[in-house]
Amino acid sequence: MEIERHEYDVVVIGAGGAGLRAAIEARQQGKRTAIVCKSLFGKAHTVMAEGGAAAAMGNVNPDDNWMVHFRDTMRGGKFLNNWRMAELHAKEAPDRVWELEAWGALFDRTKDGKISQRNFGGHEYPRLAHVGDRTGLELIRTLQQRVVALQQEDYETHGDHEAYIKVFAECTVTRLLKDGDRISGAFGYWRESGSFVLFDAPAVVLATGGIGKSYVVTSNSWEYTGDGHALALLAGAKLINMEFIQFHPTGMVWPPSVRGILVTESVRGDGGVLRNSDGERFMFNYIPEVFKDKYATTEEEGDRWYTDQANNRRPPELLPRDEVARAINAEVKAGRGSPQGGVFLDVSTRLPAEEIRRRLPSMYHQFKELADVDITAEPMQVGPTCHYIMGGVEVDADTGASAVPGLFAAGEVSGGMHGSNRLGGNSLSDLLVFGRRAGAGAAAYVDGLAARPKLPQDQVDAAREEALAPLGRDGENPYEVHHELQRTMNDLVGIIRKAEEVSEALEVVEKLKERVRLVGAGGSRIYNPGWHLAIDLRNMVLVSECVARAALMREESRGGHTRDDFPGMNPEWRRKLLVCSASDGSSVQVEERLQPRMRDDLITLFDRDELKKYLTDEEMAEFDGIAKS
Amino acid sequence: MSYKAKFKVWRGEGGEGRLEDFTVEVNEGEVVLDIIHRLQATQAPDLAVRWNCKAGKCGSCSMEINGKPRLGCMTRMSTFAEDETITVTPMRTFPVIKDLVTDVSFNYQKAREIPSFTPPADVRPGEYRMQQVDVERSQEFRKCIECFMCNNVCHVIRDHEENKAAFAGPRYLMRIAELDMHPYDVADRKEAAQQEHGLGYCNITKCCTEVCPEHIKITDNALIPMKERVVDRRYDPLVWLGNKIFKRSK
Repeated sequence: MEIERHEYDVVVIGAGGAGLRAAIEARQQGKRTAIVCKSLFGKAHTVMAEGGAAAAMGNVNPDDNWMVHFRDTMRGGKFLNNWRMAELHAKEAPDRVWELEAWGALFDRTKDGKISQRNFGGHEYPRLAHVGDRTGLELIRTLQQRVVALQQEDYETHGDHEAYIKVFAECTVTRLLKDGDRISGAFGYWRESGSFVLFDAPAVVLATGGIGKSYVVTSNSWEYTGDGHALALLAGAKLINMEFIQFHPTGMVWPPSVRGILVTESVRGDGGVLRNSDGERFMFNYIPEVFKDKYATTEEEGDRWYTDQANNRRPPELLPRDEVARAINAEVKAGRGSPQGGVFLDVSTRLPAEEIRRRLPSMYHQFKELADVDITAEPMQVGPTCHYIMGGVEVDADTGASAVPGLFAAGEVSGGMHGSNRLGGNSLSDLLVFGRRAGAGAAAYVDGLAARPKLPQDQVDAAREEALAPLGRDGENPYEVHHELQRTMNDLVGIIRKAEEVSEALEVVEKLKERVRLVGAGGSRIYNPGWHLAIDLRNMVLVSECVARAALMREESRGGHTRDDFPGMNPEWRRKLLVCSASDGSSVQVEERLQPRMRDDLITLFDRDELKKYLTDEEMAEFDGIAKS
Repeated sequence: MSYKAKFKVWRGEGGEGRLEDFTVEVNEGEVVLDIIHRLQATQAPDLAVRWNCKAGKCGSCSMEINGKPRLGCMTRMSTFAEDETITVTPMRTFPVIKDLVTDVSFNYQKAREIPSFTPPADVRPGEYRMQQVDVERSQEFRKCIECFMCNNVCHVIRDHEENKAAFAGPRYLMRIAELDMHPYDVADRKEAAQQEHGLGYCNITKCCTEVCPEHIKITDNALIPMKERVVDRRYDPLVWLGNKIFKRSK
């Protein structure tokens, strides 16, 4: 049977913020670009981002600049971040936000007409450009409309809207194809018809987001099945930092059907406080040693900070997300939780009702309609939810290039930028900064090629066979296998981990791999969710194995990886990355690698006293040498 | 807490289909989309439905529930009596692909026909200065999650395939209003709204406003003001009538 075939210079997989920004860049550099996405155009998970995009524009506090943002990002990630990415991100985020405005975005304004910026956890100054609490929607819509604008330009010049940039919506890629060691294209299927599609392209940008659907309680949508992570592994690329998963401290806990849905951090940024069943603002008991001097120790000081930031320290509700999530977890475990198993998040006693509805319209709406709770009159109940994976494809900071020639990655699917924990607001800016860089990286790579790599027919045949297999089989229900994987990861490789439990999870995952090979899907090839899930399961299981193996190896607690049996941070481990690969295509190997040393001009942006909390004695001696010279 | 509900769900593909009966468990706090998912997991694994965020933010799970356009994820089961049979059908204005999934490409085609944001040539990124009060009008329209239920319910095209070519639908007429009210947009959109995108077809019955899950006042804040802007140059009897009727009730 003949397979539909398309030729492009750059194929971008994923149409969230990173994918669209990458595609826009590739097209602006004159490359014929395809955007391939599992959902309709404009529906990607980026719409769920609420709080804002972090960029040191200094519109609200003129003391803000890229160096402060860089420091906050490194601190948030517990110094495990790829420092070059953190540097580029902090320097370029303002330009990326301003550019959106020139493409039609309408951010909330300051009194003098500039883009307003709001406070967020771990950010020293008000830094998040926002539109109420629906910033992600604004970002995706603006990028979507920018793609349309480029298509209109192409129609003017070439008489065809899709001459240079085309969206393949509701289309899933199941394999990357290679000519020797180089990328030569991608294989996928149309969700609508079930028929196959082949992309002949020398460069592929992965922008597929995260892996949350491997967990039961998650803020992520069905699309987050780790596709890009798995595609990269199967193509021979490496993943780093897979043990670091961000459990957002505030997900809804009731009703059960919405458990995990995100409650934006802006609630706390705008004055909301966390209380336990005794009515105590418990976060004051959980300020870790490394942050002691930066956070208020009394409620009075914390409350004064909202109006006078120069003379007061911020309230501990605004600690980085990992700290807050662990604190909530501990309160619930200690029996001080709310009736439905979370804690109380209250903004009703902190702001006038009108102000809450203005600043947090979608939270108001969400609680009113889904939980019958009026957040202007009563507290919410919240608890941790699997939200974001810091780990992903190991890439070159400047170009987004992976170890496989022709394969690029940006956004959540890439690893390094956020270290062991991402600050809120740093995701939307990450998408823009590194989406653009990956698009440019892919375009430059294509320019440098002497000849187009070829699509090998045997790989196409194998991909076709693999995708069709579940349809012909009278096997197990894929929904059941999926549910067991979710429960396993949630219970055994969740927010608090121990060696026995993670080992147990690995045994289950090993068995699940076998069951995934035998799942069956009834029905036709036309829009068949059971079949689609059967195909996605391969990715979820592979990525879950990466998470569990890396989590078992890292014998310390840092950011989004907490080991009950190794409670503290260990400076020796800070220098090490855990690198996952899957050379045989089904089992994961993890090895340790040393992080490159931070550049002198960057490390000297920090105080010695702060570095001392993170670095080894050997590294401190090096630092003293630099500081002296 | 939990009970068995009766559902009728439209199933079919390739232009044929029928309502299929299901009896399915419902638990406290669930929404219609949860029930559809339970049907997928337990009784009909190939039942097709679009969804993403499950929190009313992405606009994917538009469907008709007991004949009314609704987001499946925002329709709580507690709004129905336990013995009520709930009928779920795909959006009627767009061709069905399979079950609850429709071909919404009409909307993307209309989006492409509307000229994009056109800022003045001499303003560079970072130099934009706008007051909150001036951006709020367009911000209301940018809350749109593109669920396409306004276009689905609009009687101009709901049962009139022949009008589709000439009419952008409330979603995209609102997009024109959004751009027209953008403080930095310099394109002239009024003539085109009327001539090319079918603003004149709208007779302000407000069906679109009623179904909008974001509670955007599409008719009052986008379509009527846009008609008024057009009227500066042209006479439209409906605007005249609309002003009489709706201004009075305020």
